[in-house]
Amino acid sequence: MTALAPLGLLIVDDEAPARSRMRDLLADCADEVPFEIVGEAASGRAALEAAVAQAVDVVLLDVRMPEMDGIEVAQHLQGIERPPAVIFTTAYDAYAIRAFEVHAVDYLLKPIRVARLTEALVRARTAARPRPEALRDLQAGPRSFLSAQERGKVHLIPVGDVIYLKAELKYVTVRTAMREYLIEESLARLEQEYPERFVRVHRNCLVAREAIRGFERSAESAEGQWEVVFKACPERIAVSRRQQHLVRDLARS
Amino acid sequence: MPGSINQNTYTKALPNFRNLGVLLRILVIVSVMSVGAALVKGGSLAEAWQQFLGISAFVQPAVMLSLVLLVMLNGLLRRAPYAAGVAFVMVLELVLVTALHTLSRPLLGMELGALERYWLLTLLVTATLLVYFDLRGRALSPALTEARLQALQARIRPHFLFNSINAVLSLIRQEPQRAERALEDMADLFRVLMADNRQLAPLQREIELCREYLNLEQLRLGERLQVEWHVDKMPQDAMVPPLVLQPLLENAVYHGIEPRLSPGVVSINIYLARGEVHVVLRNPYEPAGNHHGGNKMALANIRERLQLHFDAEASLAARVGEDAYQVHIVMPYQKALAA
Repeated sequence: MTALAPLGLLIVDDEAPARSRMRDLLADCADEVPFEIVGEAASGRAALEAAVAQAVDVVLLDVRMPEMDGIEVAQHLQGIERPPAVIFTTAYDAYAIRAFEVHAVDYLLKPIRVARLTEALVRARTAARPRPEALRDLQAGPRSFLSAQERGKVHLIPVGDVIYLKAELKYVTVRTAMREYLIEESLARLEQEYPERFVRVHRNCLVAREAIRGFERSAESAEGQWEVVFKACPERIAVSRRQQHLVRDLARS
Repeated sequence: MPGSINQNTYTKALPNFRNLGVLLRILVIVSVMSVGAALVKGGSLAEAWQQFLGISAFVQPAVMLSLVLLVMLNGLLRRAPYAAGVAFVMVLELVLVTALHTLSRPLLGMELGALERYWLLTLLVTATLLVYFDLRGRALSPALTEARLQALQARIRPHFLFNSINAVLSLIRQEPQRAERALEDMADLFRVLMADNRQLAPLQREIELCREYLNLEQLRLGERLQVEWHVDKMPQDAMVPPLVLQPLLENAVYHGIEPRLSPGVVSINIYLARGEVHVVLRNPYEPAGNHHGGNKMALANIRERLQLHFDAEASLAARVGEDAYQVHIVMPYQKALAA
């Protein structure tokens, strides 16, 4: 045991007493599992920032938090360079607990017992990271953010800000009114996750319905192909021949 | 639900004649019976209408006088045993009808038939009404028990229980005294949650309970939960259904405060206006909150209990504004009966 490097832990909970309780509990199992608390976070956003800024081995992650729940945080965490192991903590959530069991994701029920915590930490050292499919299944609704990695920083892009998603070779370009981001996800999966919000206008492009200002005939192509014009960005996106019917459907609604 | 729970919960009792709903029901039923009698006697619609006017000329004054007397004697009637109460009401009606019958000729110049006929009709109508109220009482009484049981389940949100225990645990080492106070609050809260809540309780008590509940939530949420009380003009002695406000506060915290990153205000405003107690609860509201359900259940539960206790005299209205959620309860101002 002593030969092992201490586990770097990150405590994430929106309630201060819950974080303080976790510190007390960790102090109690210090003899059996060497660890070091590398950070504490009161929100999912802060947790991501902390996990990117320093090496974290295990994140103790509360499920119910404002803005972004623990399940979504875990998904974004799996996208960073050195994804940490995740141990969910929850006071009561019948739905989540069933799902954790199904996917063999480690979780602790609050109030947490020292013995259970010790067990989970020992296991976390060797445990595989949660599989993305399992986390996707756990997520009750679509994520509220997309996350993009950039030079040791995580950008959280509110899904409501996205104008369009365009598949490039290996990445998907996310366009917001401010700028573009690259994310490593598949367009098909994004289309599945947000069927209401986005509509496919082209084989390689999903467009947010709310962001569309209208449609215009392209000046460049001789056949007068339709293009989507947006409210908040100057680019235009071509509507593929197969999706021409969308122009009529969307213009009507 | 097992039958045993419903047994022994219903005691025969005369209806509360001071209740607006009861009075309205009596008026409506008697009028409908008059219409029926008129239709039976009248050959055409016009004739039936004449008959109805004729019947009403006698029936309406009789009903009005009865109601006035019943409202005045309500306390006495409800304290008496059921059988005695029924006998008293019957005799009262017969005396009233006899008096009206004898006075109608000299005073109103009306030609009426034999008095015996009026006695029988009076007994028939009175008995019909009393049987109706008895059946209604029976129909609603298991609902009262059921509402209480359902209330129990809806009320103790497991989420709140476990989070509170966790918050208390976090205090025990560093701040044992605060932990003690928190456990005392929890004990009070659960004592009421688990009590028999079928009787009305003073508003003052409900407010204390709400304060204890909010103390516990503040323990976890810290300054994220801000509470504003406007209860200086509250009628402390008003009798209200127990747990009429606490579940709404729980909703306000769960749906209004917990999903927010920034602090939010829950405001409680209680005042007396025109003999009615108004309770207005307001909390911030995030339409995009990803909390699921549970809200409607608490509202339906409280609405049902208000109806059981106050009938048509109480109301509950919920309104979603742009960024706020508001619940407005109106209840009649009833003081505790001097024991």
